[in-house]
Order: sequence, then C-alpha cells, then structure tokens
Amino acid sequence: MGPLKWALLGVLLSASLFAIDSVELRRNQPTERISGSAGDVLEDDPVGRLKVFVYELPSKYNKKILQKDPRCLNHMFAAEIFMHRFLLSSPVRTLNPEEADWFYTPVYTTCDLTPNGLPLPFKSPRMMRSAIQLISANWPYWNRTEGADHFFVVPHDFGACFHYQEEKAIERGILPLLQRATLVQTFGQRNHVCLKEGSITIPPYAPPQKMHTHLIPDKTPRSIFVYFRGLFYDVGNDPEGGYYARGARAAVWENFKDNPLFDISTEHPTTYYEDMQRAVFCLCPLGWAPWSPRLVEAVIFGCIPVIIADDIVLPFADAIPWEEIGVFVDEEDVPKLDTILTSIPPEVILRKQRLLANPSMKQAMLFPQPAQPGDAFHQVLNGLARKLPHDKNAFLKPGEKVLNWTAGPVGDLKPW
Amino acid sequence: MKLSALQQSYLNRRSNSFRGSAQLDSAADGSVKSPAAVFWLVLHGVCCLISLVLGFRFSRLVFFFIFSTSATNLYTAPFRGAAEIASHLDVRSTPVTGAADRVVVGRHGIRIRPWPHPDPVEVMKAHQILERVQREQRALFGVKNPRTVIAVTPTYARTFQKLHLTGVMHSLMLVPYDLVWIVVEAGGVTNETASIIAKSGLRTIHVGFRQTMPNSWEGRHKLESRMRLHALGIVREQKLDGVVMFADDSNMHSMELFDEIQNVKWIGAVSVGILLHSTDSSATIQREGEEESTPMPVQGPACNATNKLVGWHTFNSLRYAGRSAVYIDDRAPVLPRKLEWSGFVLNSRLVWKDVDDKPEWVKDLDELDGAGEEVESPLSLLKTTSMVEPLGNCGRQVLLWWLRVEARSDSKFPAQWIIDPPLDITVPSKRTPWPDAPPELPSNEKMSDGAQTQDQQINKHSTKTKTPRTRRSRTKRRHDTKVIGVQASTLSVSEQQN
Repeated sequence: MGPLKWALLGVLLSASLFAIDSVELRRNQPTERISGSAGDVLEDDPVGRLKVFVYELPSKYNKKILQKDPRCLNHMFAAEIFMHRFLLSSPVRTLNPEEADWFYTPVYTTCDLTPNGLPLPFKSPRMMRSAIQLISANWPYWNRTEGADHFFVVPHDFGACFHYQEEKAIERGILPLLQRATLVQTFGQRNHVCLKEGSITIPPYAPPQKMHTHLIPDKTPRSIFVYFRGLFYDVGNDPEGGYYARGARAAVWENFKDNPLFDISTEHPTTYYEDMQRAVFCLCPLGWAPWSPRLVEAVIFGCIPVIIADDIVLPFADAIPWEEIGVFVDEEDVPKLDTILTSIPPEVILRKQRLLANPSMKQAMLFPQPAQPGDAFHQVLNGLARKLPHDKNAFLKPGEKVLNWTAGPVGDLKPW
Repeated sequence: MKLSALQQSYLNRRSNSFRGSAQLDSAADGSVKSPAAVFWLVLHGVCCLISLVLGFRFSRLVFFFIFSTSATNLYTAPFRGAAEIASHLDVRSTPVTGAADRVVVGRHGIRIRPWPHPDPVEVMKAHQILERVQREQRALFGVKNPRTVIAVTPTYARTFQKLHLTGVMHSLMLVPYDLVWIVVEAGGVTNETASIIAKSGLRTIHVGFRQTMPNSWEGRHKLESRMRLHALGIVREQKLDGVVMFADDSNMHSMELFDEIQNVKWIGAVSVGILLHSTDSSATIQREGEEESTPMPVQGPACNATNKLVGWHTFNSLRYAGRSAVYIDDRAPVLPRKLEWSGFVLNSRLVWKDVDDKPEWVKDLDELDGAGEEVESPLSLLKTTSMVEPLGNCGRQVLLWWLRVEARSDSKFPAQWIIDPPLDITVPSKRTPWPDAPPELPSNEKMSDGAQTQDQQINKHSTKTKTPRTRRSRTKRRHDTKVIGVQASTLSVSEQQN
C-alpha cells in the first residue's frame, strides 16, 4: 500500500507539473505564453496560408526615392521599405497573380524628408494616386475588386490621411482611392477617421541591432520606478502647451517633476537604452500622434509600458493582449499616475514582466534584417491571413464601380 | 486679395458687434470716420503686418494673448482671424459619427492636482514594489543556492580601529547572503571591539588571541597570519559551512566580490588592488631615472588566453625597497606581502576534519599549526597551487583593495569614542550667555588600571568675559582669552596590557 500510494502521488504530481505549461523555463527565466483575442497566434507561420503578389512598379516609386535619400532606412517609418524587401524574398510571394490572395504595391510614400529628417506628406497622396492609376491600368486585379484584396503600408503619423497635423488629417480623411483596401499602418485610435475598419496596426520601426548592442546583464536590479525621456512641451509648435499631446505630457511634467520616483526629463542621454532596462515602468504618452517607438523599446527592454493615450489601438491588438502586458492610464487620470502605479499589486507587476520576457513578444515588435520567424513581418502576414477568405462583396460584378476617382482635395488630382 | 477679403468680413462682423451701431454706420459710410473706427482700422492694419512678418503661428499667439485678457473682449473681436482663435478655446469635436467620442482635437487644459508633490505613502509603496521586483530578479538571475559567507578579520584595539572596522562592518552588512563574522582580536577580547561589532546585527564570533600586537609591520603580519589560522580552527571546530574570505580590517571590499566568491569550488583567488600611502616626495624624483613603466598595484592570479591559471601577479615593491615602513607608525609606505591572505577564498570544507570529499591536494589544518615559519598565505594549505580557481573574470576584475593606514603609536583616543568627561574648550565662543556664573570645577576621579599616561589638563579658568555686546570688546578679547565652563579632561588610551 505504501509504495503504491507514493507512486500515485508521483503520478499526480508529474501530471500537475505538465499541466502548468503556462510557465516555460527558458534560460532560467520563466515566461508566460501570450494569447490575444485571436487566440495563441503570435507564433503562427503564415507560409502556406496566403499568397502575396508584388506589383512591379517603376523604380521612381521606390528605388529612386530611396537612392535620393537613404535616411529613410533608419527613421521610424522604415517599415514600408523593409516590408517590400521582405516580401520580395519571402516564401509567401507568388509570381502568378491569378493564385494570389493579396496584392502588394511597393510605393514609398514616407520618404520625402526635410533636412531634419522629418517626412513631408504633401506629395504622398498624389504619389499613391499615381501608383494606383498605374496598377489599375496595367493589371486587371485592381478593377476586379477596386482594391479590396490589395494592401498598402502607410506608416506615417496619421496613416493614409497623409498629414502630420491631426486637424488637417481629419479634414482630409483617408485617401478615397484606398477606401476598400487594407491599410497596414502605425496609427491606431478608436473612432478616428484615419483608422479604417480592418486595418492592421504595426509597431513603428526601431533598429533591432542598435537595441541589441545596448543590452545589460539581466541581474542588474531595476531601481528606477518610472522612466521617461522626451519632450513635455513642444515649444516650436505649441509654446503654451495644451495642443501637444492633448496636454498630457505637460501634465506629467507639472505633477511629477520633483517626485523622486519619476525619472523624467528632456535630456538625450547616451545611456537611454540601458536606463530603460533599469526601470520598472516606462511612460509611453502620446505626442502629436498617439503611437511612439517608446512602446517597442519598452517591450524589448522588459520595462512595463504605461500607455497614456485615450482610445489608442496598439500594434497587433488581436494577437497581443496589451491590457495584460501594459498599464493603460486615461489622460484625465494623469495627476493620479503615482497612485495608480503604486496600487498595482506586486504579483500583477511580476506577471507583466514575465509576459514581457517572452521572446516571441519581443520578436513580434521588431523588423529584423533578415526576417526571423515570429517577427513583425510575419505578424502582418498572419493578420492578412486571418482576414482570408475575402468577403463576397470584395469581388465586384463586371461594370460595377464603387470608387470615386475624383474625390478629395483638388491638389491631390494633379499627376505626380 | 486676402486683405480685402478680411476687410470685407471685418465690415460684416462690425454690424454684429457690441459697439454702438452709430459708429459702425459712420464707418461703413466711409465719409465720417470716428476716432474709434480709425483706431480699429489702424490696429487691423498693424496686426496684418505683424502676421505677414512674423508668420501666422506667432501672430496667432499674440492675438490670443491680447484677446484673452478678459472674456468680454471675445465678443468685441472684429478680426476674423482672432475670432477663429478665440473660438478654439472651446474644444472642437472631430467630425466623426461615433458614439461617445472621448478624444477631441483642439487645445486641452493641463491637469495639475492641487498639491503636485510626492506623497510619502505612495513613495513607500513604490519602494516596496521595487524591493519585490529586485528580490524576484535576484531569485531568477542571481546566484542559485547561495552559501554562507564566513568573514575572518584579525584586529586589535587602536586609534584607527574604529575607522577600519566600521568600514568592513558596513560592507558586510550589505552582503545579501547569510554571513558569519569571525573577529580575532590580538591582546584578548576588549570592550572597544565588542562595542563596534555589536552594532552590526550580524552573527559574530569574537575571540581573543593571547598575544598583543607587536610594533613592527613584520611582526604584525606574522601575528595576523596566526590569528587567521586560529579562526580557521574555529571554522573547523564548529563545522561552519560556507565560503571563507579574509576581510582585513583596513581593506575595502566591493559588493561584486561577495557575488563572485559564491562561485568558488574549493579555493579561489581574486585580484587585489594594492594602495600604498606614499608620504615622501622623493619617490617622484626617483622615477625620473627609471626606465621601466610604473608597476600595476595589483596582486592576483594571472591567466593565459584560454583563461587558465598560469601564475601569479604580485606587486613589484623594489622601488620602495629601503624606504618602506618598519614600525607601525612610520611615515613611509607600508608594503604588502608577496601574496596577501585577503586575495584568497576557501570552501570551508577544506579545513574540516574527517570529510570524505576533501580533495587530496589539500593538507590538513593541524599540519600548519605547529609550523615554525610563518604561513604567508592560504597557499601553504595546498600541496599544489595549480588547483586554485581564478575568480573575477580570471583576475581581470579587481574586487577589493588593500590598504594599511595607522596612527602614531602614542596617539590616544577616548575609550569607545565616547567623550566622558567633557573636553576642555580650546576655542571660546564669542558670546557667553552666562556672564556671571561662577566657574565650575567638578571632581575628576576617573581611574584606569595600569593606564600608561594620564593627561590631566585642568585649565584654571579666569575671569569671565563681559558679553561682547559691543564690537569694541571683541577686539579686546584677545587679551582676555577666557575659558568658560572649565572641565578637566582625561584622555586615556585604554590599552590593556597583560
């Protein structure tokens, strides 16, 4: 009876251990599996689930622009360029457009840079329009669906609204020609003109090699409670505050500038990445647009992101359960930020850190060269694959026309 | 063209403004211009010029400030541009059909709470969170199964003891692992040392050693070695389990040292920085004649490219030969031995008796006890030195620093650094609150057994100074240097001599 009892106990114990597969031990660091609203899809392999046809546009739409200004490869809108390169050599690419599920148009709309490096979106609508006119004239696939099975990467501030100022962007709205297409963009805000239903939100581009060279040993204790580096007032464009970041960043500064727990300032230290790895919380407030590369940096460095942006839609929101990973603070609750953060129970904080430590989470935020499994390129393809099969009203009957080719501001109709 | 459009709208608006319509009619006529109308016209023109020159954004700002001074001004703003800006004060919702749009474009207020300063309760909670997070980090990434650190410190009571021992004590108090502190005191256990180490809160074993500390460095090093061996005997007796490190009382240890020594298997060596306190300037003169580069003040293991121990790097003390300190209070650099004890760490099981898995290249502790010559370093415990593990990235990291600083041999310090009875006043204060108090002479019966010297300075007070209420008397004070509140002071060295 004795040995039998022990055997039974042993079996029960091992069974229970196998059941706790939510805690994997990798390199001595327990992580947790991440599953969002679409299920456990972060590690899906898109190969075999969809086929993408890449249009061959003349190089004036892509290569020549890049040659004129190679800075486009390093700024936070570089995703459009790297997506093109990835698709050209990806196994999901097909050279036979008849069997393609999705069509990609490689047009670099965010590569017209000022001397400072900021992209000017004034010519982007015309460029996009010209590209669409080209593909609808030379291939029948655009007219077949009026773009419903096409996708475009528009990583600029307000996506396909093609303006950096929110009021102007709202006025313009999404480019009418892209009304039926799927947009892959960094901008995401609920109930906003510039976020179309069915868009895929991606993280802004952050250079993976640069971040990986600044890693510090895991055992360095996290001694900074809240960390933030960046502007609080945009004195150039909004001197008295209130417009920039809807006053949220200014509120953070005014309320917490002398609080020892908040390491916040406008400096540009060389140890920015190292400091993030020594912090427990990293603030990711909105700026002129709600998204920022800080989210990507916080995830890579294991710092819990504190997102202060009302109604924001975060990257890959259906694959990543952001509510469980980050802390969301309403802009009106900013004065109570310290109370909010200190009232989070330590177990919840440790769980968030475990989720952040999951390598597939970090991988999903990056655009590495060359592409690696589970990275942001694959998440985009997974997102596109999840939208298949196409709706039946995607394919138009012959002669049916939905798009208005002359809609939009007069300036957009000029040829590019 | 823009200007005329503005003028047009301006005229239209004027009809709706609060100002008396009589003036407006006259302005619209253009025939009779009232001064107010002219004024507004001129102001309009000026503001347009400002817009052109400074740009729209800045002029918008200027207008905003002009017209935000009082609310009524909003209504009287005849300029279309300014009116537009004024209306921006209300947040404008986005033209989107959506239920309950929370986010709107426009100027928002900056929310500041009534008292925007740290709340102590929140700060405490945040520190508790940080502590929990760091504990978790240590559990995940730090040393697994940390072993007890056994620190061995030979010491004796002297002036600089408090300084040195407090430093070591504070380092040991910061060690995040279990710790046993074995303090061996030359000349027997004294209250001096006991009072210092009692404050540590650590588990201490305080033993006395029969001999008193000699006056020469040579003798001191020999005695310290014997005291350390005595401590190892205690480790053996009590079967203390852990890692033995030698924390000399005047050394400085980094916290990384304690993390690194957890990795030792049997016997390890770390690099020790040698800090020589050079007092004479003749050293610099000497250096000009020498061709060789300055030696590295480091003692420790030397490794080859494959991180295997190939030898030892010791401090080159030739340049100090003949000029080094012989007696403890010499004003000359104190040289270390070839290899200092503090650079070695042992697994405590090496000194245990009757342990099966003790490696065969280690000698028994008893064999060293009777040795006539001095045991210079723990290497004497080994039959072969090739099994020493180099720690700290193979000796590349210097984890502790060796320093010897002592006071003059005749220096005295108050027992346990408590001043009792109070000292004489050597510098009188400028203002005395008790001009007429009689001088006090308390009886001073402090006796110390066998105290060598007892300095009794009883200052005879003299007259009191008049409180220098006037500046004049301050200059006179030099003649009347007084000592108020005189006490006799006794400074004794509590050196117990057996």
